[in-house]
Parts: sequence; C-alpha cells; structure tokens
Amino acid sequence: MSDETVGASPPPMVRMAGVDKHFGDLHVLRDIDLEVARGEVVVVLGPSGSGKSTLCRAINRLEPIDGGTVEIDGTPLPEEGKDLAKLRADVGMVFQQFNLFAHLTILDNVVLAPTRVRGVPKAEAQERARALLDRVGIAEQAQKYPAQLSGGQQQRVAIARALAMEPKVMLFDEPTSALDPEMVGEVIDVMSGLAKDGMTMVVVTHEMGFARRAAHRVVFMADGEIVEDTTPDSFFSRPATERARDFLGKILTH
Amino acid sequence: MDVLFGNLGEFLTRFGGTIALFVCSAIASLILGVVLAAMRVSPVPAMRATGTVYVTLLRNTPLTLVLFFFALGFTKLFFYLPFFLLAVIGLSLYTAAFVCETVRGGISTVSEGQAEAARALGFGFTQTLTLVVLPQAVRSVMPPLTSVQIALLKNTTVAAGFSVFEAGGFYRAVNERGGSTLVALLWVALGFIVLVIPLTVLQRRLEKRWSVSR
Repeated sequence: MSDETVGASPPPMVRMAGVDKHFGDLHVLRDIDLEVARGEVVVVLGPSGSGKSTLCRAINRLEPIDGGTVEIDGTPLPEEGKDLAKLRADVGMVFQQFNLFAHLTILDNVVLAPTRVRGVPKAEAQERARALLDRVGIAEQAQKYPAQLSGGQQQRVAIARALAMEPKVMLFDEPTSALDPEMVGEVIDVMSGLAKDGMTMVVVTHEMGFARRAAHRVVFMADGEIVEDTTPDSFFSRPATERARDFLGKILTH
Repeated sequence: MDVLFGNLGEFLTRFGGTIALFVCSAIASLILGVVLAAMRVSPVPAMRATGTVYVTLLRNTPLTLVLFFFALGFTKLFFYLPFFLLAVIGLSLYTAAFVCETVRGGISTVSEGQAEAARALGFGFTQTLTLVVLPQAVRSVMPPLTSVQIALLKNTTVAAGFSVFEAGGFYRAVNERGGSTLVALLWVALGFIVLVIPLTVLQRRLEKRWSVSR
C-alpha cells in the first residue's frame, strides 16, 4: 500500500525486515530479513535453540518482537487488537502440539473459526469442513473428540482447521516433531499436497526429505541469525558455511 | 414424625423458599463469578485490579455481615427491595467470589496452546476466552464448583436471620407451636441432605459426559 513503485509486482506474501527479539539476555532473533513470495515454500532449518521456531511465530505476531517490521501481503502487522486478529485470520498456523480445541468435536474444531471470525453460515462452513477433512483423510472421524484420535490424525485435522480460513499463507512450527515416527509420513503427505497446490508455506521442520522434495528455498538459522538462504539442492550438496556443514553432518549421519 | 407431619405445610413451603433462594443465587453467582474470572485474566490492568479487589473484599468478609449489610443497610442507603431479593443479591455477590477463584483455577489448567491456536485463527481476547478457554476451564473444575454451590445451598439458612422464609427457620416455627426444636432441626438437616443429592448426581453426569472432551 505504501509501496510507491509504479506497476510493481505484487508485494511478497511475507516480508520481515530487521526483526529483533530478546528473551531476557538471550538474543533469539538478530536482524532477520526474509521475504517469502506468493506460492513459495520455504523450509527453515537449524539446530535447536537457533531461533527458527521463534521466527515462525513472529510472522503472525504470536511472539511479539522488539524491533523491525513484519508485513503480510504488503500490510504491516499492527499492535495487538482487532486489526491484528483480522490479519491473523489470513495466516494459517500449525503447531507442534496440534492444539486442537479439546472440548469440541473434530468437525466443530474446523467449523468454529469460519463461523465465528468470518461469519460464514453454519451449514456452509460444515460442508466445507467435511470436504477439508476428506482431503486430509479424516472424514470418518468428524464426530469424535481430539483425544480419541492419534497424533498424526490430530495434526491433519489441525491443518484442515487452518485451511478452513482460506489463509494466504500457512506457517508450520515443527509439525511432525511430537509425532511417533510411523505417523510422520501421513502429515508430510498432506503438506506436500498443499505445496503442490501452490500454497505459500513457511515450514520449520527436521524432515530433510520434505525440505529436499517440496521446498523452493531452504533457510538455515543458527544463533538467531539466518546463515544461509538458498535452494534445497545447493544447501544439501554444497553448504556454504561451516555451521551448516556441521549441522548436516550431525543429522545426516544418523 | 409428628413434628414433621404436624407442620408439613410449613416444612414444604420453607424448603420451597430455600430452593428458590438457591436457584436464583446459583445462576447469578455462576454468571458473575465467570465474568469476574474473565476480568482477572484480562490484559487490561484496571479490569484485573477490579476483579482482585472484589474477590479480596467479598471472600474475606463473613457471609453474615454481607447479608446484614443488604438486609439493613441497602434499603436505608438506596431504595426499598423485598428481603428475598436482597438475600439473593447478598448470597450471589458473596458466592461469586468463590466461583471466580474456582474458575480461575480451571483457566490455569487449560494449556497455553489452546489460546494460541485460537488467536492464530483470528479470535480476539473475548472470543478466545468464551469459545475456547472458559468451556474447558469450567469442565475441569466441576467437582470444586459443585462444592461451592453446595455451600451456597447451605448458606441460604443464614438468610433466615432476617425474615426470609426458608428452611433454616423451620425449627423456630415448630418451637413456637410447642414442638421439639431438636427434632425439627434433624428434619431440616435431612431435607438439606436430600437437596444436595441431585447436585452431586448432576456433577457426576457432567463429569462423565465431558470425560473425553478435555
């Protein structure tokens, strides 16, 4: 909106500029600049404590930042309040711990936000919810409660719940880290499908297979900084920094 | 038995009064208590402060004093209200402080992630609280919340102190008619035990129904 360039291409879907964040003495995000284009899939990698999760959560301001700006589709994130809530509705988020609403059925989990935030009529929202649950392969469980589902199933419902808001961009904060190994695949499959359909995605993960296959770009973080920002192919075959080589050496030898 | 059957009409009307006092105060105290709990977790400092002051004041004051204030002071200071209504107000305000603290305890059992997920979907503070956090908080505190309401049921007898027609005054009525006060009190106690049973059953039912959805 404030962009004056005439005939410019649309703004990036996500733009972070000079983002800083401290947890007490710990400098968790140092001067982060990151742009994610429309339809782009960016995978954020890094050792634990590198700030990658905080970066993901800063995009929709679930994590307040100390300095810098974050823009979604050209609009800077406002202060906490109604406008921020409105903007967050356009940003889907999937958490490590699923965070499905424990007191609601699977169907109601997916229906709640479209009806209460967007004012979609209930019948229409339910119809769309069923279609989404079908897409992630959970249609038969619609009347169950979250606690009755496996972790992998819960995470797929969480993805459907986020998609029900028809978000412009999806954030994934370590979506498979809390899952039993045999359930990782089903969640990754759903995410790969989304990537193929052109969804803009920022994915914090340890799934190197997903990074190789689905990502357009890999962002490697260490100590709160973006150390590398490159294609998956060049990151995995020719890491430019010592820290990236060290990281890859540790995870790929296992 | 004579004490009961000789005064059955009196006994039943008085317990009717107790039930009316209880039902009105229970509803009012639950609503007010939940609103107070919401205030105490609000991001607005003035709301939090108001909630804290309210709870400190009402929870630390003996119920008898609260009720006496409404029975004697209220009409003098403000305007006339029937004793029954004043008793309901006093009991509700007092009990709401306990409901508030119980529900607040429940809120702290709801994981942070639930509220985060709601905010990420675009819910504001009030919607996050009313649609996601409070329903789970209340489910998790059913047993203590029932206890607070049982205490309220029994506290209605304090209202007998200022001419509200309820069960606690039964023994006096019996005494005036020359019956045994002790026996009358035993019947009243039995009446209360019978009244509490449906509350306990309701609590168990709700707990069972909500066992999967927590």
